[in-house]
Amino acid sequence: MSVARFWRKIPQRYNLIGTVCKTCGRHFFPPRSFCPDCRRSGEIVEYKFKGTGTVVTHTIIRTASDQFEDLTPYALAIIKLDEGPRITAQIVCTPEDVKIGMRVKGTFRRIAADGASGVIYYGTKYVPDE
Amino acid sequence: MRDVAVIGIGCTPFGEKWGSSFRDLFVEAGTLALDDANLSGEDIDAMYVGNMSAGRFIEQEHIGALIADYSGLSTRHIPSTRVEAACASGGLSFRQAVIAVASGMEDIVVAAGVEKMTDVGTGASVDALAGAADREWEGFVGATFPGLYAMIATDYMSRYPLTREQLAQVAVKNHYNGARNPIAQFQQEITIDTVLRSSLVADPLRLFDCSPITDGAAAVIVAPLDRAREFTDTPIRVLASEQASDTITLHDRRDISTLDATVAAGQRAFKTARITPKEIDLVEVHDCFTIAEICAIEDLGFCKKGEAGMLTMEGVTALNGDLPVNTSGGLKACGHPVGATGIKQVYEIVTQLRGDAKGRQIDGAKIGMTHNVGGTGATVAVHIFGV
Repeated sequence: MSVARFWRKIPQRYNLIGTVCKTCGRHFFPPRSFCPDCRRSGEIVEYKFKGTGTVVTHTIIRTASDQFEDLTPYALAIIKLDEGPRITAQIVCTPEDVKIGMRVKGTFRRIAADGASGVIYYGTKYVPDE
Repeated sequence: MRDVAVIGIGCTPFGEKWGSSFRDLFVEAGTLALDDANLSGEDIDAMYVGNMSAGRFIEQEHIGALIADYSGLSTRHIPSTRVEAACASGGLSFRQAVIAVASGMEDIVVAAGVEKMTDVGTGASVDALAGAADREWEGFVGATFPGLYAMIATDYMSRYPLTREQLAQVAVKNHYNGARNPIAQFQQEITIDTVLRSSLVADPLRLFDCSPITDGAAAVIVAPLDRAREFTDTPIRVLASEQASDTITLHDRRDISTLDATVAAGQRAFKTARITPKEIDLVEVHDCFTIAEICAIEDLGFCKKGEAGMLTMEGVTALNGDLPVNTSGGLKACGHPVGATGIKQVYEIVTQLRGDAKGRQIDGAKIGMTHNVGGTGATVAVHIFGV
């Protein structure tokens, strides 16, 4: 991923900045600038997500792309954030301990790197919150 | 709208074709299809080619022109168009050809699909395929394709009584069929034990739950039904051509274990063809992973949610069952050159409806269906065919 492409999404990746529609109260992560429910009557403003949520489903990745191969095995999950949206993220713990319904919270972590001397990508992973 | 028929089909053997290039593969498939329809290049009005990721796999774009050129059609300057929808590229390529003929814009149209995947290593291949999901919000955090389907399996198994053995039986059944298909990548039968003892790729999915990385190409030729008998004694009618879309990410779906795009495309197809699921004699579904075949059988309306595992174990979807599924061996055993798969599905159904499938022939098959999925279900193409 190029530097500009990564840099552009730093507010979302580091600080979980999404949006909320003030008209209907629906939260969006990643952010949307147009509410699909309210359309032109919607009023979208920035919203910083709390970073807490619940595991909806999960797996343990044992064969990954080159960028993530050093991390295997790692836990990957779909998490329903408390504000409503679902996201996909890694869970940092013993992979076998992840269960559906488990409470998790966001934590700032290194996600991947472009080789030994390239860009280091940071973002949000999740840890058990129980 | 004009009625459309398939008048010619061709498919390369699928596998790891170290000696064949991207160009070799599609020229081979195209030549077989032209020969089958007794056509020469002079008769072709237009071409569509399904290809997911030649840019990543062989660093080549502009595939439409490349194919027209190497098929010997560059001097005739016919329109040649690449169609991309990840693993559903082939299904959409076929649909574009059908639309071109049905509309009256063109008469004789080639729908092809090709993918050359083994010129890069497994890691690069896994990464290219991850582009079928959301790169920013799935791939970036380490989601792989098997990983996404594994999360469908985890969700499904937590809600419905699907056993690990039932899931494995999907692969066992498809390998049995593949062993009877001369173009299949894998020609060996396996047992449930083979699946359960294979290495874990993304829990609960194991290596034998996953379709392989494959090189291959397929091509079919469509024409107006009222001209079809000029070219073949066994035209196969296209009774429905439907397509549907859904969210690009798995996590944004209404229901993780239901592919709503499959439901939508399937319902539209049955309505267009004016038939019910009970009238389908055989179906090629998109079994990129064993769990995907389970979901497809249910989401197309052949049984209720939660029943497909049991039906698979009972043999309902086997060659001699009431609803043979993936007689070609499916993506699992026949192989999955992503852009070619949707066309290979058409190739298989046409072969069956012509009565030419030999050791895997479904006797008396009159109506067949294909189901081709892009990504984790963001694009679905469904076609119904009849004799």
